[in-house]
Amino acid sequence: MSATESCRIPSLVKKYLMAISGLVLVLFIVGHMLGNLQFFIGPEVINAYAFHLHHLPGAPVSLWLIRSSLLGALVVHVWMAILLTKENRAARPEDYLGQKTRVATYAARTMPVTGVLILAFVVFHILQYTTRVVPVDYNQTIGQSAIEVGHVELEYFDVFAMMVSGFSSPLISFFYIVTMGLLCMHLSHGVASMFQSVGLRNESWRPKLKCAAAIFGWVIFLGFASIPASVLAGYGEPYLSAKETAWANAPVTPPPSSH
Amino acid sequence: MHLHLKIWRQKNGDQPGKFVSYELPEVDEGSSFLEMLDIMNEQMVSKGEEPVAFDHDCREGICGMCSLVINGEAHGPQRATTACQLHMRHFKDGDTITIEPWRAKAFPVVKDLVVDRTAFDKVIQAGGFITARTGSAQDANEVPIPKPVADKAMDAAACIGCGACVAACPNGSAMLFTSAKAGHLNLLPQGKAEKDERTLKMVEAMDKAGFGNCTNYGECQAVCPKEITLDFIAKMNRDYATARVRKFFSKAC
Amino acid sequence: MELNSNIPEGPMAQKWSTHKTKIKLVNPANRRKYHVIVVGSGLAGASAAASLAEMGYQVSCFCYQDSPRRAHSIAAQGGINAAKNYQNDGDSVHRLFYDTVKGGDFRSREANVHRLAEVSVNIIDQMVAQGVPFAREYGGLLDNRSFGGAQVSRTFYARGQTGQQLLLGAYQQLSKQIGLGAVKMYNRHEMLELVLVNGHAKGIITRNLVTGKIERWAGDTVVLATGGYGNVFFLSTNAQGCNVTAAYRAYKKGAGFANPCYTQIHPTCIPVHGEQQSKLTLMSESLRNDGRIWAPKSKEAAAKLRKGELKASDIAEEDRDYYLERKYPSFGNLAPRDISSRAAKEACDEGRGVASTGLGVFLDFRDAIKRLGKDVIAERYGNLFDMYQCITGDNPYETPMMIYPAVHYTMGGLWVDYNLESNIPGLFVAGEANFSDHGANRLGASALMQGLADGYFVLPYTLGNYLGEEGIASAGKIKSDHPAFDAAEKAVRDRIDKFLSIKGDESPRSFHQRLGKIMWDKCGMAREKSELQQAIKDIQALRKEFWSRVRVLGEGTELNQELERAGRVADFLEFGELLCRDALMREESCGGHFRVEHQSMSEDEDVKSGLVSEGEAKRDDEHFAFAGVWEYQGDDVEPKLNKELLTYEVVHMATRSYK
Repeated sequence: MSATESCRIPSLVKKYLMAISGLVLVLFIVGHMLGNLQFFIGPEVINAYAFHLHHLPGAPVSLWLIRSSLLGALVVHVWMAILLTKENRAARPEDYLGQKTRVATYAARTMPVTGVLILAFVVFHILQYTTRVVPVDYNQTIGQSAIEVGHVELEYFDVFAMMVSGFSSPLISFFYIVTMGLLCMHLSHGVASMFQSVGLRNESWRPKLKCAAAIFGWVIFLGFASIPASVLAGYGEPYLSAKETAWANAPVTPPPSSH
Repeated sequence: MHLHLKIWRQKNGDQPGKFVSYELPEVDEGSSFLEMLDIMNEQMVSKGEEPVAFDHDCREGICGMCSLVINGEAHGPQRATTACQLHMRHFKDGDTITIEPWRAKAFPVVKDLVVDRTAFDKVIQAGGFITARTGSAQDANEVPIPKPVADKAMDAAACIGCGACVAACPNGSAMLFTSAKAGHLNLLPQGKAEKDERTLKMVEAMDKAGFGNCTNYGECQAVCPKEITLDFIAKMNRDYATARVRKFFSKAC
Repeated sequence: MELNSNIPEGPMAQKWSTHKTKIKLVNPANRRKYHVIVVGSGLAGASAAASLAEMGYQVSCFCYQDSPRRAHSIAAQGGINAAKNYQNDGDSVHRLFYDTVKGGDFRSREANVHRLAEVSVNIIDQMVAQGVPFAREYGGLLDNRSFGGAQVSRTFYARGQTGQQLLLGAYQQLSKQIGLGAVKMYNRHEMLELVLVNGHAKGIITRNLVTGKIERWAGDTVVLATGGYGNVFFLSTNAQGCNVTAAYRAYKKGAGFANPCYTQIHPTCIPVHGEQQSKLTLMSESLRNDGRIWAPKSKEAAAKLRKGELKASDIAEEDRDYYLERKYPSFGNLAPRDISSRAAKEACDEGRGVASTGLGVFLDFRDAIKRLGKDVIAERYGNLFDMYQCITGDNPYETPMMIYPAVHYTMGGLWVDYNLESNIPGLFVAGEANFSDHGANRLGASALMQGLADGYFVLPYTLGNYLGEEGIASAGKIKSDHPAFDAAEKAVRDRIDKFLSIKGDESPRSFHQRLGKIMWDKCGMAREKSELQQAIKDIQALRKEFWSRVRVLGEGTELNQELERAGRVADFLEFGELLCRDALMREESCGGHFRVEHQSMSEDEDVKSGLVSEGEAKRDDEHFAFAGVWEYQGDDVEPKLNKELLTYEVVHMATRSYK
């Protein structure tokens, strides 16, 4: 037995960590989706929402606490995934000739692949909309807009415009929609699996949970994919072009140094 | 019927193996799969070729010795059937049949289609028992066990230890086996005293033996000749979590 | 050969308890100094190894399978008897004892049987404590059923997998001891020779079946729990690997082999489908509780059934012969195994057999399904029905099953005394491998009971008695470098080299098949003098042929299943002759041994009085109330017959009547 095997994390503990970190990420995804859907209510609402997110009570400590716990969950999730995949490949080094699977779903079999793609997407997504450095520096191009917080008019970064502008590239929108499809698949196995891993599943619940997880995956897919899809369909375009026009005509103001 | 066979041949664990094709001109439909292999081996002996080694014993589906992957499926295409109980009427004249050993790191090939499954014994030795010294037992009816509990325990205890679950699992995981064995004992009142210790030790032994991790594919359940369900894996996940928590706090006190 | 049965003094019911108070004990601190070798890991072997290790002995256990969990005890389906009287239907230790002696056709040793009945109750307690999931009633208490002709419900069961569950129970106890290091387990090791030092059994020679390595093992005592020899018939319900080698090697070293001709033919097996068949599958006898056995009354109908021109359901009620119900009205379909088996053979011999080969009768659940509903039948026999359908392709809920008798269990075995010690000091024999408890016929659900009784509750006492008598000074004294091991190992090596050097043209399997045919045709369900004599000649000729024509491919230094089989078949080829000799010697019919010359005739008193039917087994208590114990005299030399006279203190010999 090698040293790495002797201090191997027990297989079930890995599964618990996978499930719990997965749960944290799932909850985040639900919140994130609900937040994003305010996009359809209008620029003021989503911009106000963005402001509130960044000015939570106790900010910036609370914000960084949330961010770091999300990051922690992500790290644990990815770390466990790497361990599981590595160990599982080692445990079954060869495939069968004419390998057949009877019940394992495509989603289940592609968890590592969808996971890697989703991770790559998350990195891109943060760079695009959180740090706003790729593919264009929105901080340079998107201006502020007026929002009302507690009856006070404030100027704040125009998230709505950023989203419309970001998704108006068909390539990026397509990338987002495809990735959300992968996420849907990932969740349809992951969410049901989460229950099994912590022991909360049985024969009579299995099909129901499986179905619920699939529905959940679809809801997440539709919720997220609806935004780039609607932008491609023209939603928000007038707002952005009006703004761009206004902006082109306005006198040059120094860009905000940070949000 | 006439069959084309593609069989994994491997001299021993140290040498690499390969597929070898054989022709089998006459097989009775009523024969079992292993009888078909007997016929092939007899044919090979008469030609002076060394016959194919394969594990088999009771040939009635209970000893768990037979261990063949047939056309990519552990124990072949029939549900809830061991290879020895699989009959040739499920194949067609002219079929090509691929036969391979169980493939998993924890089950190294010994020769041809024979693998070493002592890793399973190790799991049981670690905790798959109820300590009851010979002669120390109380009357058998002293502890009533509700019928549903006894039946559920029996469902788990039906495991024949063949290893098809490991063979079919893309991760080479032994969760179905381990959870069936632990589940059977953990369900019974007699097994409660050692429940935590048993679960922890069996999982530890399972990990140590080099089995993979469960990722909830469900392939194991699909090939299990005794139709043991994933319920027992869920149960073991639960039992293990409570055992760990309890152990943590008992240490803390 | 000295055959001292060592039956303790005193009244029958007190013999065992008296004996236990008198036998020698080994001090717990000294036990670890003794090394016990256990060969076989079935119910008897595993339970003995586990119990002895628990007591503190150093134990080494050997089995030929890849894991001790696979021993053939696992295949027993029906159940295990115990005189618990949980059903309040009049069972008792005495009744179980009585039934077993009577069922054994008065050819078993009374004192052993009584002990078996006594400890039967402990077995159930022990197994339940170990977590065997026996069937239960809704109140949570244990369920019982009536089984194999018993008139009380004393059979405990775990679905149709009782043997499996009990074996796993014993295996788990064994595993615990292996985990603790108290038992050293050697899987895939086959015992090929017994080693005697100064006339005592002090070791064995094994072959590692994976590497081919020949190894020596020295011990203070050797326990053989190596099962029965039913595979001498080639087709039997035994597992493919079951063999007589260990027992036969002991016989060749001087151990007496008792009653080899007592072979039990099980009435409810799935009929043979053709030449390529490798084994017969048994279906639990419990099926006879609700199934009705019949054959068509007319030969013509049977012929049409065989050809598939008629279906079973086409035969009208009045054209069916429920022959067991007709001949044995009080037991009906539950008549004992030997009687049911022979009745099926008679029906087939008369040309009324069904199945493609003409060797089969119907076991019909139509009426039971009508009476109880399909659900109840499925609950009771579902797994057996599934198994039948899996093998034959027929659905027994719709069309009756077909059954035919097959060799199932062997009552004969190495001779042992009351302590389960053979005439070789220090050689103990347990389970099916010994001869003592079942006489000429074993009752259903008694094999599991006997294996566990021997391993859990008899050997732990009696083995200590032998070691205690030998004294602590002897512990571990014999080492494997003793010259006796050299000779034994050389014999094993020479034999293997011989197999590999013949390089003939016929496989060991083919010889086995030919031997089986001789045995089944001439020494099967009904035996006759001239045929037995012919069988002996045929076997001798076949043996000669074997040693000049067998072809064993591969090498001795690797996993070589042909070589394994060659060794087993070589022993069967000698043992088969011994079995026929025993059958020839025993000029009577009793239990699993039926001589056509000795059957009840119409002019017999018992037939006239209606006690038995014509054509039933006729015992000869005056001349044959003994265990025939054979003593090896040399290769190709007729063995010597020794007799252990059987006396019955409690159960008086009577004609077995199941009418």
